Amino acid sequence: MKEMTLTKRTKLSVFRWLPQAGIILLILIAIFFPRLVDKQNTWNIFFLICLHITLGQSWNILAGFAGQTSLGHAAFFGIGALVTRILWLSGTPFALAFLVGGLAAVTFGMIIGAPTFRLRGAYFAIGTLGVAEVLRITVSQNLPLISSMSGPLIAAYNLPARYYLALGLAIATTGAAYLLLRSPWSLGILAVREDEGAAQATGVHVLRHKLLALSLSSFFAGLAGGLFAFQQISYYPSAPFSPLWTFDALLITFIGGLGTLAGPVIGAIFFILVREQLAVNLVEIHQVIFGILFILIVLIFPGGLVEAWERLKRIFLTTKDTKVTKD
Amino acid sequence: MSIESFMQTLVFGVFVGGIYGIAAMGLALVFGVLKMLNIAHGELLMLGGYATFWAFRSFGMDPFVSLAIGIPILFAVGLALDRTVYHRIVRLLGEEKIKNSLLVSFGLTLVIQNLAVWLFTADERTVQVAYAGTGLNLLGVTLPYTRLLALGIALVTTLALSYFLHRTYPGKAILGTAEDFEAAELAGINIHRVYMLTFALGASLAAIAGTLVTVIYGISPSIGIVWTLKALIVIVLAGTGSILGAFPAGILLGVVEATSGAFIGSTYREVIGLVIFLLVLVLRPQGLFGRNQ
Repeated sequence: MKEMTLTKRTKLSVFRWLPQAGIILLILIAIFFPRLVDKQNTWNIFFLICLHITLGQSWNILAGFAGQTSLGHAAFFGIGALVTRILWLSGTPFALAFLVGGLAAVTFGMIIGAPTFRLRGAYFAIGTLGVAEVLRITVSQNLPLISSMSGPLIAAYNLPARYYLALGLAIATTGAAYLLLRSPWSLGILAVREDEGAAQATGVHVLRHKLLALSLSSFFAGLAGGLFAFQQISYYPSAPFSPLWTFDALLITFIGGLGTLAGPVIGAIFFILVREQLAVNLVEIHQVIFGILFILIVLIFPGGLVEAWERLKRIFLTTKDTKVTKD
Repeated sequence: MSIESFMQTLVFGVFVGGIYGIAAMGLALVFGVLKMLNIAHGELLMLGGYATFWAFRSFGMDPFVSLAIGIPILFAVGLALDRTVYHRIVRLLGEEKIKNSLLVSFGLTLVIQNLAVWLFTADERTVQVAYAGTGLNLLGVTLPYTRLLALGIALVTTLALSYFLHRTYPGKAILGTAEDFEAAELAGINIHRVYMLTFALGASLAAIAGTLVTVIYGISPSIGIVWTLKALIVIVLAGTGSILGAFPAGILLGVVEATSGAFIGSTYREVIGLVIFLLVLVLRPQGLFGRNQ
């Protein structure tokens, strides 16, 4: 009679293939669901979710992976929107305007990042907050009039096409975050997040890694802004610079899970669906509710939904060593 | 530009700068002692401004007199915020502490601002005192009484805070904790009480700044973040850790903004603060009055 130990996991392997299945299912839903329903409102909500995935994921690349807290993500978003809108409405092909908008955001990111990243502490956060607010005030003073699409552009307006662009961008941003985590750069970036001094001591070029994360982050945030400029028929040019965009990015990332790939995706879906409900029923204080929710998550449960899922998985997946007797 | 109008610009820069100084001082105090950056400082300033506005509206109280109400109210708000939120962050260490304080206070900014919109509406409110519009005339330069008073209050506040911090026991405990909280604790200082007191003091300073802002500019729920930003720039200019240095640094920022705004056009005036911020970081990261680390 031999005794052997078997590790029983087979029963609950559902937890292992669920993520992959979830990704495929999510993409299929994203592609086909709005087309099946085909309502203005559905297209809009799906568009908003994709826009916010991009926004949240771009913040996550910087804050979640590289550990650099930006409080001015609205600056990158706004610059992308401003540049793309101006170029596009003055006759530049959209694709080019879109790209230039993203690059303009990177340029501003570098202007703030290069001097502030050399110093530790809160300088980068202050700098980004500063650039966002200064741009918001300056833009609202110099471009006080609402920006509207021209007649022919409105006539040719096609929301589904804009949605699929947003979907593509959300997938591209998350894909870029995934590739970044798989690249050799990821070790340096994560090391900078964990302990800057130790990273420096082991030969990681701290500034270069921070700037890499910042350029990726600001590029995608700028593209998200360009997408906003492409989708909105009319808006005040200073609107995309509102600190609310920064807050949305923070909240989405924290709801989902800071520093995880899935976090901003889950967070954005949750955030937009809940916001659409709250904004209808509690117009005035839904921002207060989100603000309190955000504070609670940061203080009490900083891991977000991804962490909750991991804990759940751990409870069910604890490997039970069972003794099996064989004759 | 004539000499007189240049002088006038300069004088107004000093007036504005005095308010920048007081707005920044509360933030600098909290940052220096608790080592947390409270992005919601401007919102506390805004609440202080509303206290003044309501005292004026309901009782016809002179805004400068209503400080006697605004300061205790904001002191209590500061205590409450410290007890509910900030004391959870102050326990953290180093980078983690500053990062969490940034995030939480940014969230709090949104909460307070939207609560203010809900309670007070988004309208801009102003306080018109009887002596508004009158002033001294000195060699062709106008010195309005409201602004003179505001500058006077800013100056008196700075001196009073300086006296409190350097000459009284609780003040010395605060400075000691700022210097080295572990040594302070070993010396028998209850640092958690110090943190609480400091945060409430910072909120009281915000109340003073809020009153000055309300008298001179008027108030609406959205002004908070703008003043937070000014305060942050002043702090970087003064040097992080320099509490009283906020006053001269604020005046410097006010003067530079006013004079350069006259040249590049007032719609681009906000950019100057940001340029100063970046220049200071590149050229003199310890600030003008900060110690070399």
